Amino acid sequence: MRRGIAATALVAALALAATACGGDKDGDSGDKKAGGELSGTVTWWDTANDAEKATFEKIAKAFTAKHPKVTVKYVNVPYGDAQNKVKNAFSSGADAPDVIRADVGWVADFASLGYLDRVPAETAKKVDSEFLPQAAASGKFEGTTYAVPQVIDTMGLFYNKKILKDAGVEAPKSLAELKTAAEAIKKKTGKTGLYLRGDDSYWFLPLIYGEGGDLVDAKNKTVTVDGPAGVKAFKAARDLVTSGAAITNATDGWNNMQTAFKSGKVAMMINGPWAVADAYAGDQFKDKSNLGIAAVPAGSAGQGAPQGGHDLAVYAGSKNRDAAHAFVDYMTSQEVQAQSAKELSLLPTRTAAYDLPEVKNNEMVQFFKPAVDKAVERAWIPENGSLFAPLQVQYTKAVTGASSPEDAAKAAGAEFRKILKGWK
Amino acid sequence: MAAHTSQSVAKAAGEDDLARGRSRRTGSRTEGSSGRNRPGLGQVISKHWYAWAMVAPVVLVLGVIIGWPLVRGIYLSLTDANERNVARTIGVNEIPATYEFVGLDNYTAVLADPVFLQRLVWTVTWTVACVSVTFTLGLVLANMLNRSFRGRSFYRMALILPWAVPGFVSVFAWRFLFNRDNGILNKVLEGGGIAAVPWLDDPTWAKLSVITVNVWLGVPFMMVALLGGLQSIPGELYEAAEMDGASAWQRFRHITLPGLRTVSMTVILLSTIWTFNMFPVIFLLTRGGPGDATEILVTQAFREAFVESPRDFAGSATWGVLILALLMIFALVYKRSLRKQGEVW
Repeated sequence: MRRGIAATALVAALALAATACGGDKDGDSGDKKAGGELSGTVTWWDTANDAEKATFEKIAKAFTAKHPKVTVKYVNVPYGDAQNKVKNAFSSGADAPDVIRADVGWVADFASLGYLDRVPAETAKKVDSEFLPQAAASGKFEGTTYAVPQVIDTMGLFYNKKILKDAGVEAPKSLAELKTAAEAIKKKTGKTGLYLRGDDSYWFLPLIYGEGGDLVDAKNKTVTVDGPAGVKAFKAARDLVTSGAAITNATDGWNNMQTAFKSGKVAMMINGPWAVADAYAGDQFKDKSNLGIAAVPAGSAGQGAPQGGHDLAVYAGSKNRDAAHAFVDYMTSQEVQAQSAKELSLLPTRTAAYDLPEVKNNEMVQFFKPAVDKAVERAWIPENGSLFAPLQVQYTKAVTGASSPEDAAKAAGAEFRKILKGWK
Repeated sequence: MAAHTSQSVAKAAGEDDLARGRSRRTGSRTEGSSGRNRPGLGQVISKHWYAWAMVAPVVLVLGVIIGWPLVRGIYLSLTDANERNVARTIGVNEIPATYEFVGLDNYTAVLADPVFLQRLVWTVTWTVACVSVTFTLGLVLANMLNRSFRGRSFYRMALILPWAVPGFVSVFAWRFLFNRDNGILNKVLEGGGIAAVPWLDDPTWAKLSVITVNVWLGVPFMMVALLGGLQSIPGELYEAAEMDGASAWQRFRHITLPGLRTVSMTVILLSTIWTFNMFPVIFLLTRGGPGDATEILVTQAFREAFVESPRDFAGSATWGVLILALLMIFALVYKRSLRKQGEVW
């Protein structure tokens, strides 16, 4: 009989454990408009970098001042991991954010997977009429607006005015000029000319645009990265490194680039407005006027830089969509855009914001706005964000010399065709 | 003794079967039941119900955390499942699964791709290099620490330390050390007038770097296991050998090594399996780079499932099943070779 008791105890213990495991998960999801007033919690996953995040957290929390019943939970997700983390959270629904800051290249991908909630019709109309058209286009998938543009950007050549002056050179306008300038800089100051990001294929875009090419031709459904322009672009990247004009890394590129530029080890880098706040924090740029900026050096066929930026989107599974959309409206409002332009030199996406004095008079905005206007718009296809991972492998190989430019271009093309099924 | 049993098992499997059958029959006869050869299912349960009840939770947990994912993985590897066609629920929208069964297409695709062979060659190189270096170092250190000298316990503690630090923390620390432009290693070399070494930027150096880190992480385990093995070798053997005038090398060769055989066979097997699938070291240190120079099979499977998009669940599952198959073949061959040498395993 004793055995019987033990067995009963065992079963009971198991049953207890089972119920304990299945405890309640959803405590509060209090949203809705209680008497027309927004309430509940809005979780925002922001991808701003270390130099920017404090400002964005401050701006986001200020939403509570307008809607006292809404709590904003600010979470900073490093940009490099964000696409993955967002997908994990969105596909499982567990601990998913209500609002995300998505790179313009990710919006179509997330939208095509059904993760994003449509932007309410009124807001969508405003996006069409009040925002820069190329920014508005990035938030659309198959004609529907899924995201509201927060900031827009492109790339430029950042340079250390003092080093260039010491070397007696002007900011180079083409890769050829850049190489001669780098030689002069090395001779006169002992510094390296350029830091070329080698571990992120986004930095490959200005090179291939400079040779008159593109990754893909979406209109004709053709992969073009392995065309002659692509090969030339890989060659140009490798050439910058072998000629000693540039240094590069296969890992930790962002940190090494920023450190090298901020400490004056290199005279130039190619970067976007997102790097301005961080650059100003460096020793070399205590006097902000030492930071110069010019157009990305041209390749053999001309000059071109990609149009980038970030959009804000609401999760389709969010329990608090009304408050989330209101939060997006607030974060993309004119006053917030003016504030981020003033404090972080980030470019507004609203056309009218450029008439405000604090935006107009910002030196970085003055440079980047015309640059954005002629930046190359990428094809807003869902696979847009998928191209960078395989391209990065080949780009790093080409830059570090592990494979020839021809092989790298060919391999990248083959990988692209695996992703873009049926493309030429 | 051990040799004897295992040989008899291997030699006379048939005989063994017979013996089992016989005993079963005897068992049922003594119980005086219906006299059938096999007891019925109900009988088995009623006789050993207590044992079944005790085993059930473990079976259940293993089934849920290992069995089900395994079956699911094998199934997915036979379909064309990816991020765009699996079932998912987003808020109120339920999107049904639309992937299809494609048979062995994924396997032919992966095996026909030269990438598989490249990854396999490097994975095997990496495993052999890591395990052999780790084992040798562990053996040397264990022998050194098996003598009595002042501060022995301090050295033992110090050498176990890498094991006590969470793996990812050590790997990140190494990553800082290895940083070409700002890392401590290169700063030290620079002080000595040596040009910066591209630790993680050059394919060959990156391979050496990941092996170094994995050896550093693996040595404590080897050392502790072998130290335990050394302590189980009776001291009289050494005394007798010394009396007979055996040199230090002879004692090591003919007493220590045979004495450590059982322990070392086990740790080598474990270490091989762990190293073969050592995801964190590769992923956190180089992400498989530069380019894809240090990508091993598991990191490749991860790349398919999570880095590239749309996430290719079927392709990743295929890689996973292939890794499992490779390791099973290895374990079988290893087991057989041990049995030939007369070890029970």
